[in-house]
Amino acid sequence: MENLEALMHGFGIALSGNHIFLMVIGVLLGILVGVLPGLGAPNGVSLLLPLTFGMQPVSAIILLSSMYWGALFGGSVTSILFNIPGEPSSVATTFDGYPMARDGRPTTALATAFGSAAFGALAGVVLITLAASWVAQVALAFGPPEYFAVYFLAFASFIGMGGSPPIKTLVSLAIGFALAAVGIDTVSGSVRLTMGIDEMVKGVSFVVAVMGLFGIGELMIAVEEEFHVKAISSKVEWREVFRTLVGLPKHGWALLRSAAIGCWMGITPGGPTAASFMSYGIAKRLSPRHANFGKGEPEGIVAPEAADHAAGTSALLPMLSLGIPGSATAAVMMGGLMIWGLNPGPMLFVEQKDFVWGLIASMYLGNVVAVVLVLLTVPIFAALMRVPFFIIAPVIVIICTVGAYSVSNSYLDVMLMMGFGVLGYLFKKLHYPLAPLVLAIVIGDKAEDAFRQSMLMSKGSLGIFFAKPLVTTLILLGAALLLMPTIWRTIGRMMPRSEVKP
Amino acid sequence: MSQKPTFAAIAFGLAIAFTGAANAAWQPAKPIEFIATAGPGGGTDNFARAVQNIVTKYKLVEQPIVVVNKAGGSGAEGYTYTKAMAGDPYKVVFGTSNAWNQPMVSKVAYNYTDLTPIAAMVQDEFLLWVKQDAPYQNVQDFLKAVAAKPPGDVKMGGAQSKDTDETLTRMIDKAAKVKFVYIPFKSGAEAAVQLAGGHIDAHVNNPSESIGQWKGSTQRPLCAFSPQRLPDGPKVTATQNWHDIPTCVESGLAIPQFQQPRTVWLPGKVTSDQTAFYVDLMKKVQATPEWKEYIERTSQTDTFLIGDAFNKFIKEDIERTRKVAVDEGWLISN
Repeated sequence: MENLEALMHGFGIALSGNHIFLMVIGVLLGILVGVLPGLGAPNGVSLLLPLTFGMQPVSAIILLSSMYWGALFGGSVTSILFNIPGEPSSVATTFDGYPMARDGRPTTALATAFGSAAFGALAGVVLITLAASWVAQVALAFGPPEYFAVYFLAFASFIGMGGSPPIKTLVSLAIGFALAAVGIDTVSGSVRLTMGIDEMVKGVSFVVAVMGLFGIGELMIAVEEEFHVKAISSKVEWREVFRTLVGLPKHGWALLRSAAIGCWMGITPGGPTAASFMSYGIAKRLSPRHANFGKGEPEGIVAPEAADHAAGTSALLPMLSLGIPGSATAAVMMGGLMIWGLNPGPMLFVEQKDFVWGLIASMYLGNVVAVVLVLLTVPIFAALMRVPFFIIAPVIVIICTVGAYSVSNSYLDVMLMMGFGVLGYLFKKLHYPLAPLVLAIVIGDKAEDAFRQSMLMSKGSLGIFFAKPLVTTLILLGAALLLMPTIWRTIGRMMPRSEVKP
Repeated sequence: MSQKPTFAAIAFGLAIAFTGAANAAWQPAKPIEFIATAGPGGGTDNFARAVQNIVTKYKLVEQPIVVVNKAGGSGAEGYTYTKAMAGDPYKVVFGTSNAWNQPMVSKVAYNYTDLTPIAAMVQDEFLLWVKQDAPYQNVQDFLKAVAAKPPGDVKMGGAQSKDTDETLTRMIDKAAKVKFVYIPFKSGAEAAVQLAGGHIDAHVNNPSESIGQWKGSTQRPLCAFSPQRLPDGPKVTATQNWHDIPTCVESGLAIPQFQQPRTVWLPGKVTSDQTAFYVDLMKKVQATPEWKEYIERTSQTDTFLIGDAFNKFIKEDIERTRKVAVDEGWLISN
């Protein structure tokens, strides 16, 4: 209970008029950079960083982390309304969020997303409060084989869920792995798959790929099928926001499960992206309405959002206590910590109690502020859906182009983005799943690095994945998830046959 | 606006900016881009931002400065971009010795000869680290234990492949007649955490990459790859500061010096006036108390190299790395 005492002390620091004001400013700026094309949380935080040099470290981190919360929420807006995920971790939100919004229920989709996200974030902070010291120890148990096992688990839980023919999933996955391999290889240091284009040494940026695959690809489908020609006439309804929030406990089990997955992936450094994909995959398998997933099923929004925010929040802990940033934004904030004269690492919790607990308390408050502000904006964002398609379509092209260009001020990225648009269109037309491709782009190279580091450590023996209880459990769990659908299908195929025959 | 006040403003600006140096004939007329060849929060990024802050604070340049991160391909993205900007004096690239070492071992599209050297502003030190509860009290203990095991059983972690960390590992191999297996990670910070968790046995991190872990008693340095002990300063742990760590040579590991310079470059084909302007600018940055503070905070060594001294350093470093690269078969055939 020592932690609770420290937390109360933290609230004492965070709950000042000045800090609440900083939170509101931070959250509003965050929502803005989350929604605007090509800015995103890491850039927003870097832009704000110089302003914080004169501040107290606690005030500075409160401002920056509030911006981070705002951006996380804001990122879901574009995923749901325009099928353009701003961060890797909100890709899974598009699967059901976008169909639901297109169906004329953007308010419901946004409110569901924000509500579940807030629940996930809260679960993450509670975990940090109660188990700060324990969590840091767990993260230390993760070496290369364990990392690989976690990524394997994420792939397995998502891919094993079926839906598309396995061979199509495999093709999609393989293309993703190939794209993730472009650039410099960490383990050998050599340049791979640049196709003779010098600039490709930097690799394929996730943002570029996703803007094309989802944004442009979806747009081409929409133009072809003309279903967007009429604007969606959704009413701006505050009552709908309220009704959705009140209805959320209906998905209580999904919320709890997703938050648990998120917390777990946040601590074991799997990260928010793997968490949201995994949570979506598991929700789809366990839900009685799994046939409805991908067509606007509320649980298809609840699961990735809750897991994403739970992981995003609990991932801040390894950053503070170990000095490994869990995301690009966390990396920028860590740079900030050093500039303010604090060294992230095991001693931060001992030497800088005020700072650490002030930050944790501000995470509670910052999230509440963010949820309130973001829910207030739901009807405004939902109203965007009423803008006619002939106006929205060019705007989406502009958003994607600016977004791709601003990744590293390069025209090559814009070209690539357009190429990905064509690829996304073809995938949709030929009924190939996009999700495995995206998952492989985001965590494919990390999984590869972890695997090859493990092989270096074991001198090439696969035995290293069964050498310790933790890694063995993770691998077996992954294998079970991978094989389960096949087993279910086999059983399912045998059962009705025996029933139908007589 | 009429012409006269503008001229007056420029003249005034010049007067302020060049009270010290009189011979700078070139002045920037639009915003300057600082390209950091590392991601936000990395050592090179901190370096670029430290310079930016000082230049802005003292208004050493009248134009605004933006820092852009081009970290792709272990920094190759930034150098390749700068190479393509030949003749543009508004792009300044910040990096390390990988500017000349990376082209030696991997097929990247640039070489350091495509760039104009400005300065090597500071040298980051390397130390040999082991886990806090490891049984070794000094380098000799550790190396004996390594030699007693079959080759490739003891794991050395580090940042990137065939870069400084692996080069130094191979130099240790040679000097101590042992064989480490080298496990490359994305960054030194990652290697530090892996050591804390006991997944690797040692690493050769820079002081700033492991200071938090040393304070937190998860790992400790055995020796510094430096000709003299690191400068005296405040205690890092309860009992020790950087100066208490012996040099590797005095503890019997014959590698007298291994350092990583933090370097500044312009694109190729810029005029000598433009080069002189930036050399002068870096000189001014280096003279500020904020710069001293940055060096102390990151526990680096204050060595400022420009012109011939910098070129000589590059030549020597290339020779040192090439020896290792030839032995290891890393050299690429062009």
